[in-house]
Amino acid sequence: MSTMNTVGRPTAPTVVDHDYKHPTLTGGRGLLQDELLIFETDGWYKTGVDLPEPTSDGGDLGALVRRDPIGLPGLSEPEAMRHYVRLSQKNHAIDLALYPLGSCTMKHNPRLNEKMARLPGFSDIHPLQPISTVQGALELMDTLAHWLKTLTGMPAVAMSPKAGAHGELCGLMAIRAAHEASGQHEVRRKVLVPTSAHGTNPATAAFVGYTVVEVAQTDDGRVDVADLASRLGPDVAAIMVTNPNTCGLFERDIVEIARLTHEAGAYFYCDGANFNAIVGRVRPGDLGVDAMHINLHKTFSTPHGGGGPGAGPVVLSEALAPFAPAPWVVNDGDGFKLIEREEDEAAQAFGRMCAFNGQMGMFVRALSYMMSHGSDGLRQVAEDAVLNANYIKARLSDVMSAAFPDGPCMHEALFDDEWLKGTEITTLDFAKAMIDEGFHPMTMYFPLVVHGAMLIEPTETESKAELDRFIHALRLLAAAAKAGEVERFKGAPFHAPLRRLDETRAARSPRLRWTAPEGHNMAAE
Amino acid sequence: MRYLPLTPDDRTAMLAAIGVTSIDDLFVDVPRAARRDGFVDLPRVMGELEVERALKALAGKNTAAGDVPFFCGAGAYRHHVPATVDHIIQRSEFLTSYTPYQPEIAQGTLQYLYEFQTQVANLTGMEVANASLYDGSTATAEGVLMATRVTRRNKAVFSGGVHPHYVRASETVVHAVGVETVSLPAAIDAEAAVIDAIDRDTACVVVQTPNVFGTATDVTKIAEAAKAAGALLIVVVTEAVSMGLLKSPGEMGADIVAAEGQSIGNALNYGGPYVGLFACKQSLIRQMPGRLCGETVDADGERGFVLTLSTREQHIRRDKATSNICTNSGLCCLAFSIHMSLLGETGLRKLALLNHEKALATRDALAAIPGVEILTPRFFNEFAVRLPRPAAEVVEALGNHRILAGVPYSRLAPGVGPNGERWDDVLLIAATETTLDADIQILAKSLTKVLGA
Repeated sequence: MSTMNTVGRPTAPTVVDHDYKHPTLTGGRGLLQDELLIFETDGWYKTGVDLPEPTSDGGDLGALVRRDPIGLPGLSEPEAMRHYVRLSQKNHAIDLALYPLGSCTMKHNPRLNEKMARLPGFSDIHPLQPISTVQGALELMDTLAHWLKTLTGMPAVAMSPKAGAHGELCGLMAIRAAHEASGQHEVRRKVLVPTSAHGTNPATAAFVGYTVVEVAQTDDGRVDVADLASRLGPDVAAIMVTNPNTCGLFERDIVEIARLTHEAGAYFYCDGANFNAIVGRVRPGDLGVDAMHINLHKTFSTPHGGGGPGAGPVVLSEALAPFAPAPWVVNDGDGFKLIEREEDEAAQAFGRMCAFNGQMGMFVRALSYMMSHGSDGLRQVAEDAVLNANYIKARLSDVMSAAFPDGPCMHEALFDDEWLKGTEITTLDFAKAMIDEGFHPMTMYFPLVVHGAMLIEPTETESKAELDRFIHALRLLAAAAKAGEVERFKGAPFHAPLRRLDETRAARSPRLRWTAPEGHNMAAE
Repeated sequence: MRYLPLTPDDRTAMLAAIGVTSIDDLFVDVPRAARRDGFVDLPRVMGELEVERALKALAGKNTAAGDVPFFCGAGAYRHHVPATVDHIIQRSEFLTSYTPYQPEIAQGTLQYLYEFQTQVANLTGMEVANASLYDGSTATAEGVLMATRVTRRNKAVFSGGVHPHYVRASETVVHAVGVETVSLPAAIDAEAAVIDAIDRDTACVVVQTPNVFGTATDVTKIAEAAKAAGALLIVVVTEAVSMGLLKSPGEMGADIVAAEGQSIGNALNYGGPYVGLFACKQSLIRQMPGRLCGETVDADGERGFVLTLSTREQHIRRDKATSNICTNSGLCCLAFSIHMSLLGETGLRKLALLNHEKALATRDALAAIPGVEILTPRFFNEFAVRLPRPAAEVVEALGNHRILAGVPYSRLAPGVGPNGERWDDVLLIAATETTLDADIQILAKSLTKVLGA
C-alpha cells in the first residue's frame, strides 16, 4: 500500500494485481472524475455569492469580533456546481436502481412532494410568527394527524418527534409519565425487548433509564410468548415489539402479547418502522398497541437524503394521550390554535421533544404522498410491498437459503449464509459483488438472530421487470459462488468508484476532518 | 396509482410464481379479527393536479415571510439562499440516497459529510464535529448527556440566556435519565450569574451566545470557572451566521458546541427540518453522539471515506449505546455545506457584517420611538426591546397590518418570572441581510402608530 500525498492520490504508482482494473494516470475513469476536497482547492478568498459591501467592521462589538482566519474555502458558482455534481456521481440512489436495504424502505421519492414542500406558504414561514398568519400550516398538521389516526385506529398523535428513534423516545417517555401519574414508576423499572428488535429499541429503553430484559425468539422467527409471559410482572413498564418484525414476519400472536402485557399492567410499544407492509389492511389500534412511531420518511416517502432528515410522529392510545408532549394543534371551532406549553390547558404533557413544531417540511411531503394514493392506493401499497418481497423469496429460495422458509414473509425477504457454506465466500463478499452488477447490496448481518443475514426489502415501487433483473443477477452470482469463483467475490467491488474500504483503519486512528498539511498556508492564493 | 408499477397481470403471474392463489394468502399470519376488509374512511386516490390544488390552497392561508416586512428570530432566521443550493440538493443521487452503509458506492455523501464536519469544526473553533443531529435543541440535550458521561457527574446548569425551548427540550430528555438541572432565571445579560452556580457536582454549564435576548458575550471567564471545577462548558449558538463575525466558542474555551445550522442553506420550514451542529474537543469523540465520517484508504491505497466509530452506536451496543440516534439531517447538512462553500470565508464575514448592520439600523429606528426601550447592550442581528404594552398584543396588531414584527418573549416562557419579574412586555426583534431599509421604516412607523393608539 502506498502512502498518500496531500491531495489524497498515491505518491507512487499503484500496483494492481488483478485483471479488473487498469489504472489511469490521473485517477479519473471516463466520466467519473477524481474530486478533491474543497479545502484542497486554491480558492481560500473566493466567494460564489454577490453581496453588497458592508460599511463597517463590526466596530461596536470590539473585543468580541473574531480576528483569526476561520478556514472556510470558497467556490465560484460554476466550481461549486461541478464539485457537487461530480460527488453526486459517486452515489447509488433509488432513482438509479433498486435499493433493497431491509428495514429501510427505500421507495420512490415523488417530486410532487418536493414541489409542495417548497411552496413559500410552507417553506417560508417562521415557527413563532402569529398563529393567525399560519392557519394553513396548522390545518395541514391537523389533517395529517387525522390521516395517521385513521390509518392506525389510534385516538391521538404526537407530531413533534424528528425521526423514528426520537419517536421511540417520545413513546417511552409517555409510558413513563403514565406510570408516574399512577404512582407505579418506582416499581416498574423493566422494559422487555425481543432479541429480534431494532437496535434503537433497547437503546431507547436504556436511554429513558429502564433495565432492558431480552425476550427469546421461537424457531419460526417470532416472539416466544411463553418466555414473554414468564417475564411479565409488576416490575415491567412496557414491552417493545417491532411488527412486522425485523425478520420480515408478522407477529402472529400479537393480540395475545398485547393482552398479556395489559393484564400485567404494562404498556405495549410497537416499532412502526415497517408500517408500509400493513397500511390500509391492519390497524395497530385493533392489535392492542398503546404507542407506535411512524417513520413518515419510510412509510409515506420523504427524501432519504443521505440518511435524513426524518420525521417520527407517535400515535397514542386513550391511556397515553394525555401525556403527549407540547406542542399540539387544537381546533376550537374558531380556527386552529397551537398549544405550545404543557402548562397551558392544564395538560399532563411530559414536556417537549424539540425547539419548535416538528418536521413541517416532512409533514407536507407525507400528506402529499397520502393524498396521491388515497385510502385505496395505500391499501395497494401494503399488498404490493408484501407481494414483491414474497416473489423475491420464492424465486431465490432454490439457490439461497431462506431463513424462515415456511409460510409467507411480509415486506422483506430474509436469507441466511447456510447456502454459502464451504465456498469461502461471506455475506459481505457476496454483497460487495452485487455492487459490480449494478445493485445496492441488501442489509447484511441484520437481524443479529440470523447467521450471516441478508435482508432484502424491494418495496412497492419496484416493477416486476426490475425485480426479475435483480433476481437474475443474484441467481448468476449464486451460481458463480457455488462454482468456486472466489476471486470475483473476495476482491469486489472492482467496478465502483473505489475498491473495498479499510474500515478498521478509520476506526483505529480516526481522521474526522481535513487539516492543513505541513507548510500549507490557508491564506495563500 | 402512478407510483405503483405492478399491473394486474404482473400480480397474477407473481402470485402464481409464489404458489398462492390470492393476496390474502400472504396475510394469513395477521389474526383474522384484525384484518380489515374495504377501505378506511379517507379520500380516495387523487391525481397530481388535485393534490397540488389542495396543498396550494392550504399554503395560501399562511403569510410567507418573504411577502411582508419580517423581523422574527428567536432560534430560526430568514436568510437568502443561493438558487444553486436547492438545485444541487435535489439531484437524485443526493436526494434519494440513504445512509452510506456501502461506502464504495456512497463516496458522494461521505465526502460532503467529511467536508461538512471540517467546516463546522472550523466555524465553531473546535477540533471535531459530527455529521449533524436533528436540530440545535436536541443537540443541546445530547451535549448535556455526553457531559454527564464524560464527567460522571449528574448536574447541568443552564444560563438564563438559553432559549427557553432549548432548556425545556433538554430538561425533558435529561430528567428521564435522572440528570438534575438548574435553570437560572431569565436575564438580558445572563452570563454573570452562571459562575456562582457551578459547584463540584456540576457536569456542565450551558450558555448561549448570542443569547435568546440577542446579547453577545465573551464566555471565556465561564469556561475558566467550569474548568477549575472539573465541569464542561457547552456553548449553544442558535444563529450560525453570528460565528462569521464573533469570536468562536472554541476560542472562548468551549468543550462542546451545540448549534442550529438552519441559517445556512436551509429555509424556515415552520420549525423543521433543521440541522443540528455538534462539535467538541478531540479527547471526547468516543462519547460523542450521532454519526461520524472518517478518512481511510481503499484496497488500492486510494483515499476514501467511511462512517466510523460505530462501536458507540445502537445497532452494535444496543442498550449500552451512547445514544439511540439513527437518523441525521443529511440533506440539510448538505445544503449547509454547499451554501458555506459558496460563501467561503470572505462571503461569510460579509454576510455576518451585513446582518449586524441591518440590526443596528433597526435598533436605531426603534430607539427613536417614545416608550420603546432597547434592552440588549451588545448584539449580533437580534435584540430585545421593552414596550409599554404586552408584546403579544402589539405583535398581533401589527400582524393584522401584514407586518411580522418579531417574537414576544412570552411566546417562549411565561410572561411573569418566579420572582414577579415581567417579561410579557419584551419583544425579540431580528434583522438579516434580507431586511430592506423600507421594511425597517414600515416597522418603525407602524409601531409608533400602534403604541400611540
